[in-house]
Amino acid sequence: MSLSEADVAALVLTVELAGLTTAILFVLGTPLAWWLARTRCRCKGPIAAVVAMPLVLPPTVLGFYLLQAMGPHGPVGQFTQWLGLGTLPFTFAGLVVASVFYSLPFMVQPLQNAFESLGERPLEVAATLRAAPLDAFFTVAVPMAWPGFVTAGILSFAHTVGEFGVVLMIGGNIPGVTRVASVQIYDHVEALAYDDAHALSAVLLAFSFLVLLAVYGWRPRAVHSS
Amino acid sequence: MAIEARFRLSYAGFGLDVDLTLPGRGVTALFGPSGAGKTTLLRCIAGLERASDGVLRFEGETWQDAQVFVPTHRRPLGYVFQEASLFPHLTVHGNLTYGLRRIQADARRVALDQAIELLGIGHLLERRPDRLSGGERQRVAIARALAVSPRLLLMDEPLAALDLARKQEILPFLEGLRDELAIPVLYVSHTPDEVARLADHLVVLEAGRTVTAGPLAETLARLDLPIPLGEDAGVVLDARIAERDATWHLARAEFAGGSLWVRDAGHVVGRQVRVRILARDVSLALTPHPASSILNLLPAVVEAIKLEADPALALVGLRLGAAPMLARLTRRSVDALGLAPGKPVYVQIKAVALVG
Repeated sequence: MSLSEADVAALVLTVELAGLTTAILFVLGTPLAWWLARTRCRCKGPIAAVVAMPLVLPPTVLGFYLLQAMGPHGPVGQFTQWLGLGTLPFTFAGLVVASVFYSLPFMVQPLQNAFESLGERPLEVAATLRAAPLDAFFTVAVPMAWPGFVTAGILSFAHTVGEFGVVLMIGGNIPGVTRVASVQIYDHVEALAYDDAHALSAVLLAFSFLVLLAVYGWRPRAVHSS
Repeated sequence: MAIEARFRLSYAGFGLDVDLTLPGRGVTALFGPSGAGKTTLLRCIAGLERASDGVLRFEGETWQDAQVFVPTHRRPLGYVFQEASLFPHLTVHGNLTYGLRRIQADARRVALDQAIELLGIGHLLERRPDRLSGGERQRVAIARALAVSPRLLLMDEPLAALDLARKQEILPFLEGLRDELAIPVLYVSHTPDEVARLADHLVVLEAGRTVTAGPLAETLARLDLPIPLGEDAGVVLDARIAERDATWHLARAEFAGGSLWVRDAGHVVGRQVRVRILARDVSLALTPHPASSILNLLPAVVEAIKLEADPALALVGLRLGAAPMLARLTRRSVDALGLAPGKPVYVQIKAVALVG
């Protein structure tokens, strides 16, 4: 039971996809979570619902609509073609875009909870100590919500590693481009190569356990306003 | 007069409607029952709450009017919240320097060392807030607000969350602050004792409106004070230690209306002190009583008499020279002595508290 070169390539691709997706989600998800945590706008409910949709939708549904949108006749596809980038389906970039949507709630919800539990007071204190809002965000809100960031990052990364249906819909199965670990396992099983499937599955099993242990077992002590 | 504040604001079930001019130095107490709008007023002055209809000028600078709204972080103020609200991710030192690092070097008039020394927190600098007692936390919060060299210090019941022992621990620091810093302080309180010890001016709020405002001694002595202070009714007088009697461990404090013998608290002769005399500790006589255990017996003139809510009691306003005084008597005594405005009497003071 050992990993073939193709297995390693699939794992590397998976880590690249999950890492890039998580990085993009930090950039997009943090302001979104901050806004959701603090807005009194009536549009908060619908937007929170949209963000949470990937939690309940079958990945094939999400994948199908993304495929429609990013395909040659979809609005996103027309835009990317106009930019001279071609279309996104069956490329690594397409997988990243799909993964960002698919893992969005795993980034936004922990961050939103962390920001909500801060309350107004620490930011008011920062304002009375001359910190402008953005300054207060980075020097007070982010450090105090740090456990939320750790949880959000781990969950987003792990959830992206575990995706299968969306990948198959958007990325297909192109070695080195879109064939991630979960798809590689599927291929092994299809080919009745159970030993190979075992090896790769064991790696993902161990990874998943360690990730969840990190989230549930070892949590940075939550800090509360004193 | 340095601060002009006019705010009108209404929420469901609560409104604030004040028009105040507050002095540019000394401690102004914002006093009143819970829900009177004290904290809301303070938050409006800090810019944490935005009254749509408001005007705020500080030493000629406009902080808020119909066109202008200076955000909190650009107002040169310090704010002490009811709970210390220290940043839990920073040490005490990190908390103290958070604001300090954000002000211009030429705006630093309070040295950090001075704030640390004034609040007695030098030994706590490396600790995390969760390793501090409640009193220590609040002292750090006060020092943190001072470290930004505020031109106006706002304090929202800084002692309310503390037990009596912790209050006694912090009050001397607050008195030191009042005496050392030449900046105006707005101090929200609903405790008459704190007001008596700290305030120079008094603003009384009730149901979102100002009911009276003025110098502490005069305002407290008003008979028509709309907030019945009950057992806490009384006057606060500024005095000076004039003499110490080593034999009986007493000190003579001179005030605008004469002299009072008080227990010697160790203050040197010449020291300015503040004495509080509660109305219930003052009785009246028509002639001096030489054979009495009461030490302080002073001539006075009745100014006004107000019947209290309690059908047995009356509050008598008196004047001793330039100083006001209140006495709580039974209505029967008022009748028996034939008290009326203008009548000369002798006040017998059973207890005088040195409050700072």
